[in-house]
Amino acid sequence: MTALWVAPRRRGLPRLRRPPRIGLTLAVLVLLGIVAVAVAPGMFSGRSATDASSTQALSGPSGAHWFGTDQLGRDVYSRVVHGAGRSLWLGLGATALAVAGGAVLGLAAALGGRAADALLMRLADVALSLPPLLLALLAMTVLGSGALNLTLAVAISTVPGYARVVRSEALVVRRSGYVEAAVGLGLRRWLLVGRHILPNTLGPLLVVATVGFGTTLIAASGLSFLGFGAQPPAPEWGLMLSEGRNYLATAWWVGVFPGIAITVTVIAVNVVGRHAQARYTRRTSR
Amino acid sequence: MTSAAAPAVGEVPPDGPEWPGEPASRGRLAGPARTIGVVLARRVAAAAAVMLGAATTAFVALHLLPGDPVAIILGPSTMASPQVRAQIRTDLGLDAPIVVQFLRYLGRLLQGDLGRSYQLQQPVSALIGDQLAPTVQLALAAIAVAVVLAVVSAVATAGQRPALRAAASLWELVTVSTPPFWLGILLLTALSFRLHVFPVAGAGGFGALVLPALTLGLPVAGILGQVLREGLETALEAPFVTTARARGLSQTAVRARHALRHAAVPLVTLSGWLAGTLLGGAVIVEKVFARPGIGALTLQAVGSRDMPVVMGVVLLSALVFVLLSTVVDLLYLLIDPRLRSDRGAR
Repeated sequence: MTALWVAPRRRGLPRLRRPPRIGLTLAVLVLLGIVAVAVAPGMFSGRSATDASSTQALSGPSGAHWFGTDQLGRDVYSRVVHGAGRSLWLGLGATALAVAGGAVLGLAAALGGRAADALLMRLADVALSLPPLLLALLAMTVLGSGALNLTLAVAISTVPGYARVVRSEALVVRRSGYVEAAVGLGLRRWLLVGRHILPNTLGPLLVVATVGFGTTLIAASGLSFLGFGAQPPAPEWGLMLSEGRNYLATAWWVGVFPGIAITVTVIAVNVVGRHAQARYTRRTSR
Repeated sequence: MTSAAAPAVGEVPPDGPEWPGEPASRGRLAGPARTIGVVLARRVAAAAAVMLGAATTAFVALHLLPGDPVAIILGPSTMASPQVRAQIRTDLGLDAPIVVQFLRYLGRLLQGDLGRSYQLQQPVSALIGDQLAPTVQLALAAIAVAVVLAVVSAVATAGQRPALRAAASLWELVTVSTPPFWLGILLLTALSFRLHVFPVAGAGGFGALVLPALTLGLPVAGILGQVLREGLETALEAPFVTTARARGLSQTAVRARHALRHAAVPLVTLSGWLAGTLLGGAVIVEKVFARPGIGALTLQAVGSRDMPVVMGVVLLSALVFVLLSTVVDLLYLLIDPRLRSDRGAR
C-alpha cells in the first residue's frame, strides 16, 4: 500500500490559495459587528449624529469624543456609527439590484436565442470597455443625483459583469444531464428555468457578488465622496470623508476615521469573498 | 525536394507554405503572417463594433436626458421667441428623423467632432484636448509606480517563506480594499500637512505628481503584484527553471531573467482593465488633490449634467480601451510564438 503513495505534485493542482482560517474568523466577526452597528446604532453611541456644538468644533480625539469632533462640533464617532447603516445599504442595495439585473439579462442571453445573446453580449462588451466609475457617472448624469439614483447608477455599472457570469454558468447548466432529462420529460420552459437553471447558476453568482460587494461599497462611497449621493447633514462615510478633506491641515481625525470604517468593512468582505471563491468556484475548466 | 516530402499521417505539419494537395482553407496550415492578419482583422472588427456600440450609447444617452436640447442650450433665463427656437432646431438638425440624426452624429464623430458643451459653450474636443496632458502625466506616473512596486514585491516574495508571502498577501489585500479617495487623504495628511514633504495641491512640477501617482498606483500595484506572484510561482516550477538552475544561474537571475518573462504574459492581459481603472481613478484622485484634468472636467460636467462633455469622455475612454486591447493582442503574438499557431489565436 505504501508503495502506491505518490507525493502530491503541486504543479497540476489548481492554485486556489486561501488566506489562513484565523483571517476568516476575524473577518466574519468584524462583519457581524458592523452589521450590529448598522442595525442598532443607538446601542453603540448615545449621542446624536447631527447635534452641532460650535464651542467644540474640530477638537481632537479625547475621552468625551473618541474620534474627535468635526467642523460643526458634531461627534465623529457617533457619525461613523450612525453612518454605517446608510453606507452599507447603498452598497447592499446596489449589489442586490445588479445581481438581480445580471440574472435576468444573463438568463435572457443564454436562453433567449441567438439574436438576444448577440445583442446583450455586444452591449456588455461596450459597457465593459468603460471604467465602472465612468459608467456610474454617466448614469448619474442621466438620472440626476440622490441616494436612490446613486444606488441605481452603481448597480448599472456592475450589471454587465454579473450578466456575463450568469450567462456562462447557464450555458454550462443547460447542457448538463439533468436539464436534458427535464427537457425530455417535457417540463415547461419557465419551470425549467425557475426550477433547474436559475438555482444552479445562483451559487457562482453569489460568490461573485460577495467579492463584488467590496468593490461596490467603495464605488458607492466614492460617488458620495464626489458629492452625488447622500447630502449633508446626513452621516455617510464617503460624504464625511469629502467634508473631512477640507480640514486635513488642522483636524486629521475628521478625514481618517470614516475611511478606517470603509476600509475595515471592505477588507472583511474581501476576505470572506475570497474564501467563498476558493471554496465554491467550479473546478472545471469552463 | 526534401520539403516536398509528405508528413507522416497524424503529424502536425509545421508552419510555412501550404502542403500540396491540401485544401487551402485549412487554417491550421496558415503561416504566421496570415495568422497575424486574421487576428488583426478579427480584432479590428471587434474594436469597431465596440466603438459603434459606444457611439450608439452616447446618442441614446444624449436623447434620454430629460428636457428639450434647445431649452438646455438657450439656458433658463431666455426670452427667445418660438421662431428663434424653431430656427435653432432646424440649424441643429433636430427636426430631422431620428435615424438621420443618428447617421449625422456618427459622421461628425468620425470627423472628430464631439459636439459642443452645453455649459461652457466650447467644442468638447477642445475642452478634452486642453485637459488631457495632466491626466496622461498622472496615469503614466501611476503605471510606473504600480509596475515597479508589483515587480519588486513579486520577485522578492514568490515561492519564499510562508511568512513573507503572507505579509505580501496581506499588503495586497489592504491596498485593494482601501478606497482611493481615502488613501489620498491619508497621504495628504501624513506627508503634506504633517511632514510637509510634498505640496498640498496643484499640478505644478514633479513634487505635486508624487502623491497623486501613489494614490492611483498603489491599488493597481496590489492587483498586479498578486497576478505576477501567482504567475511567477507557476513559472518557477516549470522545467526550464530547473535547467537554468542546473546551468549555474543564481536564484535571482533565474527569477529576473527567466521566470519573470513568463509571469509577465498574464500581466499584459490586465492592461485593458488597467487603462479603465486609471481613468476612473483619475476622477477621484483629481478631486482629492484638486488637480486639473479629464477627471475634473468629467466631474464638473456630471454635476451640471453637461451630457456632450460626459459622452466625449466616455467615447475617449472606450477608444483608449479598444486601441489598447488591440495592441495588446498583437503584442502577444510578438512576445509569445506559441500563440501564432491558429489554435492559440482564437
